[in-house]
Parts: sequence; structure tokens; C-alpha cells
Amino acid sequence: MRHIISILIENEAGALSRVSGLFSARGYNIESLTVAPTQDPSLSRMTLVTSGSDEIIEQITKQLNKLIDVVKLIDLSESSHIERELMMVKVRAVNGAREEIKRLADIFRGKIIDVTPGTFVIEITGEKSKVDAFLSALAEDSIIEVVRTGASGISRGDRGLTL
Amino acid sequence: MELSGAEIVIQCLKDEGVEYIFGYPGGAVLHIYDALFRQEDVKHILVRHEQGATHAADGYARSTGKPGVVLVTSGPGATNAVTGIATAYMDSIPMVVLSGQVPLPVIGSDAFQECDTVGITRPCVKHNFLVKDVHKIAETIKKAFYIATTGRPGPVVVDIPKDITDPRVKIPYEYPRSVSLRSYHPSTKGHRWQIKKAVELLLSAKRPMVYSGGGVVLGNAADELTRLVDLLGFPITNTLMGLGAYPATAQHFVGMLGMHGTYEANMAMHDCDVLLAVGARFDDRVTGKIAEFCPYAKIVHIDVDPASISKTVRVDVPIVGEVASVLTDLCDMIQAGERRPDREALAAWWDRISHWQKVDCLRFDRSGTVIKPQYVVEQLYEATHGEAFVTSDVGQHQMWAAQFYKFDKPRRWINSGGLGTMGFGLPAAIGVKLAHPDSEVCCITGEASIQMCIQELATALQYRTPIKIVNLNNGYMGMVRQWQEFSYESRYSHSYLETIPDFVKLAEAYGHVGMRIEKAADVRPALEEALRLKDRTVFMDFLTDPTENVYPMIEAGKAHNDMRLSPGMIDARELA
Repeated sequence: MRHIISILIENEAGALSRVSGLFSARGYNIESLTVAPTQDPSLSRMTLVTSGSDEIIEQITKQLNKLIDVVKLIDLSESSHIERELMMVKVRAVNGAREEIKRLADIFRGKIIDVTPGTFVIEITGEKSKVDAFLSALAEDSIIEVVRTGASGISRGDRGLTL
Repeated sequence: MELSGAEIVIQCLKDEGVEYIFGYPGGAVLHIYDALFRQEDVKHILVRHEQGATHAADGYARSTGKPGVVLVTSGPGATNAVTGIATAYMDSIPMVVLSGQVPLPVIGSDAFQECDTVGITRPCVKHNFLVKDVHKIAETIKKAFYIATTGRPGPVVVDIPKDITDPRVKIPYEYPRSVSLRSYHPSTKGHRWQIKKAVELLLSAKRPMVYSGGGVVLGNAADELTRLVDLLGFPITNTLMGLGAYPATAQHFVGMLGMHGTYEANMAMHDCDVLLAVGARFDDRVTGKIAEFCPYAKIVHIDVDPASISKTVRVDVPIVGEVASVLTDLCDMIQAGERRPDREALAAWWDRISHWQKVDCLRFDRSGTVIKPQYVVEQLYEATHGEAFVTSDVGQHQMWAAQFYKFDKPRRWINSGGLGTMGFGLPAAIGVKLAHPDSEVCCITGEASIQMCIQELATALQYRTPIKIVNLNNGYMGMVRQWQEFSYESRYSHSYLETIPDFVKLAEAYGHVGMRIEKAADVRPALEEALRLKDRTVFMDFLTDPTENVYPMIEAGKAHNDMRLSPGMIDARELA
């Protein structure tokens, strides 16, 4: 099953490689990994999407907790949460296709953020499934370039992953 | 006090109470070596290879419980130390390794003797640091000792660039009194509710079994374990790493378990209905086939490391905490309650175990004149009255040492169980002897393993650490040969060492005493003679039966009740 693990980690050189090294050394898979500093510059927040049986996920969270640089973590998938991913896609947009692509972007609440006579860059934000759906709605041969951030997540309600 | 970075490094070691540092100098650590030269509190042991430094520090740590300390230079100094760091990591040994690094401005430029030490060691340390500021040296070393010695112990590497140890830059020094890390809070006390559940389960057992590991030794919990086992009257088995945590000669001990464990220990594991695992990690050499591991048992697991729990085997009652504290709570709770173990069921269970014990699974042929390796270990045990510190290398001799030297005390049996590092025994013995100068220290080894760190014979002479080396020389990498006999139709692919040095001459060349023993009748007299040479390292080269195998054996992937016994031995299930 797919799990989204949010991690607060010391913002130090090499902290990211401790996490990625753990996953490769123990044979766990990483679907996506995003990381950036929080409002407290000494801490980074990481969102890691992985999958595995309950036993494997339990080991992953225990092994992550064991890393000295990991301050705190939660498995967002255990409770109600919000997940977002940002994608920018550069598409070939000429003649009649320009209108069609614009309409499609509107349906997905995408924004066109760069325009040339032959291309658009469209920004889409949403859950993985929405971003996937937008990609498959585009004509495959119109896509020039795709860049995705991977998922970021936060829990709903009062609870938060803080110190 | 104003000190340079190099002086701070040494002063920190003094403030930590470090007695010995094992190391080898080189360019990046010359400032530190100069600071070391100008003091006498921290004694430096010059090894002949950095692997030896880590193993010697490791032996010191295992035999004392104090952290082992290592100092190596950048590049090859650090990479040579990696095997020893990984060895300590696998067996959770507290160790602090200080490594030199090229100066900060040239890091990343492929400078002379540069390597990414933090990157290379990351997967085999508990934690590591690259210090980038002279003001951070003291704080970082304090953290390193704290992390290495608390919770589940392990090695910590502190990589120190040369320029921050510059003797011309002096800064005020104060060693931090305490350290707290917001991201590191090792568990201490076990959860009371879990302990209560464990007590109920233990007292309801009809066929209980205690399985204890290296965590009991590391957690200084041997007394607490003995108290619990004697209170309950349950049978106990130790892992290879746990030997000595419960006295091997005490009545409840049924021997080591696992691949080369005793028949009775493994059969009892298979048939038990409640298993108490203490400071053990369900290693594959212990569990055999996971799907058939303790099929009838409810399992209680005490461990300081939450990640050890339910890693390979699901357990029913996990208790996270320091083993000594949890065992004390368990004993107290049992003693405070009314309920006692089921005496009748326990007597019937012991009857079954004694039936298994009748197989006498460690029996070996004593008739010939050829030296049986088991006999050498047995005689060493008697000649040293079971009181020696014994280090070993890896292979058949290691298993025979574990089977035939009956350890009654913890921290006496020093071996690389997790990583299985050949070359460990000799340097480890030097570390043990430095820590225990008045005790007998023996290294049980084989002709293949001993050659992997043989250069440390020079270290043993330089620091006058008299060790008794018991070399079980059968001409083969014995364990490899055994597996090739069993699993590869005796195709002995590259396991025979055609050219073996004359160990007597070699020992003499290094300034020690060498002895060659070729007949069984000469074994005991040779041991006695060697032990009489109190102030000399003696290399005893025993030419042993090259065809001898380690029995019993659970072949890889088989279950506890599927053991291969010595040829001619009868399985208890076939005994009347």
C-alpha cells in the first residue's frame, strides 16, 4: 500500500543522504521525495512517498526514527490528510490546439504561466491522481517536457507535525 | 584555557576519561599527533594497520563496556578502518573513531589522501560528523561519545579537517558538561503495562524458553537475567553474542542455539509455547527458516532498539527499554504477585529437554592421536579454569570456541558475530589485554583468519601485551570447506591454503614464542607451558584434523528441528 511519510529532520549537510541511503541499503522503494527548510531554518520538512506491506512500513518508520538527524515523523496515510503535487508541463500549442489546451487547463484549474507562439507551460497542482489525469488528457505527442515535484502532505485538523 | 583544535581533540579525550587510543598517524592528523606527543594521560597504541586499530579498540570496548577510541588519518587511513567500524556496528559496540580529513578549502577537489569518509562510513555507523569549525570540535566529540554509548550502542565517526586543528589558532576551551539532542531520546524504562502482560504470559507457560543475546552483555544485565531465570526455573539458551550473560555451567543453561547450537537448545526452541527473547535480534543464523521458527510460541521481546522488534519475526509482547531495567521490573512484579510458574508442567518440560540432552550432541572422537580441534578448546578451558578472556576470528574455530569454552561471566567472549570479520581476534586480544593486564587473554583462531591481521604481532610486542594464540591449523578455510563438503559435493574450490607460513618461525621473527603441536597427547602440556610464560605472547600452532566438521548444524534455510548431527549420532526422536 502507498504511504506518505512526513519527516522533520535537522537541516544539516548530508541529512538527505542518510534518508536516501537508508532506503537503498535496506531495499525499500521511494516513489517520491521532497525536502525544503521550514520556518525554523534549522529544520527541514521532508515528504516521502513509499509503498510496502504493513510490516515493511513499520520497519521504515522505525528505521527512520533511529536516524539521529530525524527529529519527528508521522505516517500521514494513517489519518485524514491533504496531499498536493505541483507539475509544470510544456506543450506544443499551435493553431486550433491552443484553444483546446487552454480549455483543458481550465477544467483542471491549471494556469498557463509561459506562452510562446508555439508552446505553453501549464502549472497544475493537486493530488497525484489529478496530476496524472491531466497528463493523460493531453495528446501524448503535444508534450515536450514534464516536471513534477512529488507529493507534499499535511494532516487535516488541529494536529500538526511540530516540535 | 586557550587551546588549538588539535589540543582540543586530545583534551576532550582526557575529559571523557579515555585511557587508550588506538591509531596510526598520517598527514591529515599530524597536528593531532603532535598534541598527543605533548601529554601522557591518553596512551596511544600504534597498530600496524588501521583495521587493527578498530578491532583493538573494539576488544577494549567489549571487555570493559567503555567506548573504544580510534585515531586514523584521511583517505586510506579511514578506508582501512571501515571493516572494523562495520564490525562494531553489526555487534552494537560503542566506539568513537576520529579521522583526519584534508583541509576544508580543498575538500571535494580530489586532494591527496582525500576520501568522503562521512559518505563511505554512513551505512555502517550509528552516526557520523564532519566538523567544519574549530569552535565545534568539543561539542561534536561530546555528542559522539554520548551517541556511541547510549541506547543501542554503536560506532560514531568524527571527521576532522586538518586546517581546523591548526596549532597557531587558539580558542577558549570548555568541555560541555552535558549534551541533549532534540532528535535522540533512547528509551530506558519499559512500559509497565507491557511488562505486566509479559509476566502473565510467562507464568502461564507450560513449555517456556528464554533466548538471550548480546544486548544482555552490552546492557550489563547478566545479574538481572540470572535472577529472572533462577526465579522462574526456565531453560535458557544464549546466542553466540550472548554467551556468558547466563553462566554456561549453571543448571538452567541448555547451550547456544542456532546454526551450530546444541540439539537440546534448538529442539526446545522449536517446541516451546512461550519464548522470552532478551536483547537478541532474531538473526538468520539463530532463527533458521523463519516460517518454522518457534511455531507454537507466544513471544515476548525485550530490546532497547524499537527497530529490532518485529523486524524478522512478529512478536506478541514487545517491551522497549534497557534490558537491565526491564528485567528488574519483571522480577519485582513476579515476586510481588501470588502466582508462580506451573511446577508440574515445568518438570515435564525439563524431562523432555533432558531426553534431548542425552543425544550428547557435542560428543567427538577422542580415540586417535590426531588432534581434534574441540579437544584443544576443551583443554584450554580446563587449563585456564574457565577464567580467560577469549577472542576469536571467524569460522569453524569460532564455533568450537563457542561450544566448548563454557563462559560463566559476561564480556569474556569477544568475537565478531554479526559481520563475521576474519582478522578480528588478534588485534581484539591486544585491546582486551590492555584493559585487563592481570587476566589471561587467549585468541582462538585458524590459519586462514590469523593471517588477515598477522601484522599486529608487532603491536603485541611493542606494548608487551602477552596473549596466548591458539591456532587451530587444519590447512583449510575450515567453514568454507565444510559447506563445500555438504552442499557442493566436496568440490573444495579455493578453500585449501597450499602455502602456510611456518608460524613458529613467524612468531619468533616478531619476537614472540612459537610452538607447534602435532599430537593429541601434547595438547595439554603445551597449553600449560604457554600459560606459564606469563610475560610472553605465545603462538601455539596446533595441527588439527583437517576433516573435522562443526556439529550439530542447521543448514541455511532449515528449521530448528531439522539438525544435522555428527555422523553416527542418533536423533533423540529415534532413541527409546
